[in-house]
Amino acid sequence: MDLIELLPAFWVGFKMTLLLLVISGTASLVFGTIITAMRISPIGSLRVFATVWTEIGRNTPLTLVFYFFVFVVPFFGLRWDWNFYTILAICALTYYTSPFVAEALRSGINGVPVGQAEAARSIGLGFGQTVSLVVLPQAFRMTIPPLINVFIALTKNSSVAGGFFVVDLFASTRTLANGHGDLVIPILIIAAAFYLVITVPLGLLAARLEKKLVVQR
Amino acid sequence: MSAGSSVLFDAPGPRARAISRVGSIVGLVLIAAVLVWAVTILATPRQSGGITLPGMFDESRWDIFAEADVWLFIGQGVLNTLRAAAVAAVGALALGVVFSLLRSSEIAWVRKPVAWLLEFLRGMPVLLMMLFILLVGSTGQFTAVVVALILYNGTLIGEALRAGLAALPRGQREAALSVGMRPFQSKMLVEFPQAFRQMLPIIVAQLVVLLKDTSLGYIVGYNELIRTTMNNLSAYYGNRYLFSLFFVTLAIYLTINLSLSWFARWLARRGTPGTGRRRGTGGPMRPDDTADPVRAILLAEAAATARASEDQASQGTP
Repeated sequence: MDLIELLPAFWVGFKMTLLLLVISGTASLVFGTIITAMRISPIGSLRVFATVWTEIGRNTPLTLVFYFFVFVVPFFGLRWDWNFYTILAICALTYYTSPFVAEALRSGINGVPVGQAEAARSIGLGFGQTVSLVVLPQAFRMTIPPLINVFIALTKNSSVAGGFFVVDLFASTRTLANGHGDLVIPILIIAAAFYLVITVPLGLLAARLEKKLVVQR
Repeated sequence: MSAGSSVLFDAPGPRARAISRVGSIVGLVLIAAVLVWAVTILATPRQSGGITLPGMFDESRWDIFAEADVWLFIGQGVLNTLRAAAVAAVGALALGVVFSLLRSSEIAWVRKPVAWLLEFLRGMPVLLMMLFILLVGSTGQFTAVVVALILYNGTLIGEALRAGLAALPRGQREAALSVGMRPFQSKMLVEFPQAFRQMLPIIVAQLVVLLKDTSLGYIVGYNELIRTTMNNLSAYYGNRYLFSLFFVTLAIYLTINLSLSWFARWLARRGTPGTGRRRGTGGPMRPDDTADPVRAILLAEAAATARASEDQASQGTP
């Protein structure tokens, strides 16, 4: 009975986790695509920049990234009251996830046969058109299962935000568990169930899409 | 398109080269401008509550690094991080072997529950596992961090090993059985060593992830590197060192992780003599793929499935 009274608190956290997932997922998709485009572009400095960005992003622990956004970024004079920490958390997750999106996309691009790009070039398309009209659409198709894996990882990573002033599923779970010593185990199991409600269907979706979309060559 | 992306654009002529050079310069200038902007903002002294605080690059914000004690303290943090990572790595490898054995067991009531357990562990945030172990097992923080990392990374290493086992040519097992080994002996003496070797780059890449994840200990209160520097040291010396401490911590992490990633890539490039390579597309050894362990495991599984269906096809039409 007590547990039912606790559900609204879980719900608040769950909504925040979903919000973090959707916004930072979309943003990292956009940034990841831009980084990939930079990485294969004809301009050398952009290639180097994208490579360095990816390497640093992939090798920094997420906790440290959060630390940077939550404690160091405000030094730059950014400050507002409305959802300050939520937005910083979204920035941190986006920064951390976009290199993984870029890596997934790049492996997809590697899977597009060279002939596709050659054909596009031979009918007179330039770099921008070749990439945006011919290569990327095919790469995306092949990249959907690994991209979904990135989003599953993002869902799990969003729990770190709970350690940095954002009331997400992890934070609300921790508060509830600390407040109801007798109900620790059921509380943690409910939290796990909430996470699995997001991650397991995503995994199943990845497996389905893999069969459906990936072009067998 | 692994031959390089140069097929995406023409071999540059004089005009394209000029454009590309201008683009490069503009890009560099933009990046430099952002850096300079950030550095100036950081270097400018600021007013706070009527007191002027020195800029981030002021000597007074870095002077603690001249003291040996500070480095000893940071060293302790690095040691704590490495200790948790080392214990968890050994545990995860052992658990990975156990998981892959159980998961590929011939007894359904062993295989099925283990498969469910693995699915469950993979879908859970490591942080929640740490909290669970900390609160329910009321263990110390070290144990909570290490056990959660072992459980989580053990599942991934187990999947990698299973994919590696599945990707082995069937003849290996048949040969081992034919010289009189028991199935278990064949697994441990013949199949595992090969699978392990083939999956080594993926396992090292996963260990980089593990090392990075020890930093989650910060949130559950384990005194690893980030907590040591950003919490304990900055509480002791004051907030003025927050930025410099962050900078040093970042540098330490990047040094450790980049060298490990480089090692994983080197392993993958060097390749392994034996299966996989010879078969061309079948092997999970392409250097690019080791970047993402999950992806690499998927690829290896796909390769194994493809080989299994090939085997069936060739048996069906003798």
